[in-house]
Amino acid sequence: MDTLYEIMEKLLPVSWVEYNFMKNALLAIIIITPLFGILGTLVINNRMAFFSDALGHSALTGIAAGTLFGISDINISMILYAVLFALLLNYINRRKTLSTDTVISVFSSFSMAIGLMILSRGGNFSRYSSLLVGDILSITTGEIGLLCIIFVITILYWFRCFNRLNSVGVNASLARSKNINSRLMEDSFSILIAIIVMLSIKWVGILIINALLILPAAAGRNIASNMREYHLFSVLIAVFSGISGLILSYYLGTATGPTVVIIASIIFFITFFLRPSKDK
Amino acid sequence: MLHKEDKDQKNNTKDIYDHNNDSACGLHCIKINNITVRAEEQTIIENINLHIHCGKVTAIIGRNGAGKTTLIRAILGEIKHSGGIEFMDLKDKTMKDLRIGYVPQYVNIEKNTPMSVYDLFAGYVSNAPIFFKKNKKVYEKVKEQLAIFEAQDLIDKRACDLSGGELQRVLLAIAITPVPNLLLLDEPVSGIDRNGMDLFYKNIQTLKENYDLAMIVISHDFEFVRKYADHVILLDKTILKEGSFEEIRQCDDFKKVFGGEERQGY
Repeated sequence: MDTLYEIMEKLLPVSWVEYNFMKNALLAIIIITPLFGILGTLVINNRMAFFSDALGHSALTGIAAGTLFGISDINISMILYAVLFALLLNYINRRKTLSTDTVISVFSSFSMAIGLMILSRGGNFSRYSSLLVGDILSITTGEIGLLCIIFVITILYWFRCFNRLNSVGVNASLARSKNINSRLMEDSFSILIAIIVMLSIKWVGILIINALLILPAAAGRNIASNMREYHLFSVLIAVFSGISGLILSYYLGTATGPTVVIIASIIFFITFFLRPSKDK
Repeated sequence: MLHKEDKDQKNNTKDIYDHNNDSACGLHCIKINNITVRAEEQTIIENINLHIHCGKVTAIIGRNGAGKTTLIRAILGEIKHSGGIEFMDLKDKTMKDLRIGYVPQYVNIEKNTPMSVYDLFAGYVSNAPIFFKKNKKVYEKVKEQLAIFEAQDLIDKRACDLSGGELQRVLLAIAITPVPNLLLLDEPVSGIDRNGMDLFYKNIQTLKENYDLAMIVISHDFEFVRKYADHVILLDKTILKEGSFEEIRQCDDFKKVFGGEERQGY
């Protein structure tokens, strides 16, 4: 880790690189933003924006469950809960008794209310309010290691499963006729989103984590005409917003998460007006 | 489970390079035995028995909600059902695995989606990651398959910009890559203009003459059914009547369901 810090200090001749917490933050952003860019493409294509939003909100309940069962590492309790929650939503959704939006709304509100109730016992909720906006400067070296692992897993998963995931989103029956297991694809993708969202939530914040997942891909899709351009633009926009947001937030003294989201939003509006003219 | 699926996929990729367009021999026989689908307490379709051969078009007609799409989804194995499907090669009297092709009524591709026809196609038939780079071999193969239905020029267009007829030709090409034993089409001419329909009829004729496969088509289009269907099935929860279109048209059940006069196609 120390050699990495030294390299960063040599490469970046700016004052803020002196602080280890800034170096950690920069590393975290470089690792995690491409993942958001990549995952966002399919979250939008397969209309899962609302689903991922609900997942983000389930973080509080995960922490609450952790305090109840005495799990001290909130990463573990959040991830466990989010994965279970995602699988539950998929399961109910497949039964097709209610519309997807309704299912997600009902279960997300219910789960979040339980979480808030537990965490607010004895008037202690303010302890958790930092989670709402997030704090990237709190990220530790151990967590960066975790991010690296999930980065590798995601890339491998994407190369192996993207075609099938995309096919399931286009038409599940057609995918079925080509021997693609829709359920396995949907569930594995949901689990992956749950893990990545939970690992990032501490520094991005519950309120805006979904924006980070959706905005780069939404902007990329304005100007892309095939899957390759879509991924390229989405990843570039995600990484650019992340790094410039961190630097800007350092100089402005603002929270990093919202600053990143504002930059990504501005890029979205720019690309919106750059769309090929036939769509306007 | 993942492992088995991957193996299937690899087989698919391999098979798309086979040129399996021998015309129908009539010796492949598909038996659909006693298929029943229940949802909770309700019976949606029951006791469906069908016997079809390669080279033949079987049309399923019936009112809305008669269970036509449910039958297709049961054949695809997508929903729980009792009964089963047998696929027999009469040449050597052996049972084989049935490969099914399916042409859906619609696809879930929103406006402005950056997915080219190549992306859509390759996603279903190949393992080469479509987000990474274009695979030349797959690209050529996709183009070749599209050309069967005069759709090769669409390959770099965005799928969301295609007309109904264009999209359908692309979906047909996907469904016959690799060539299936049974091709299922769900209301193929809804939302397609006159020119598109003529082309579609021509394409069905091409498939019938040049490929060794059986087709099941759900249709409301009696002109199509009269001209192309070898066998017609009037479905309402179960098979009310089957036979040639002329026979079906004369029967009481047909008159009850469709009001005596054919509404479309004349």
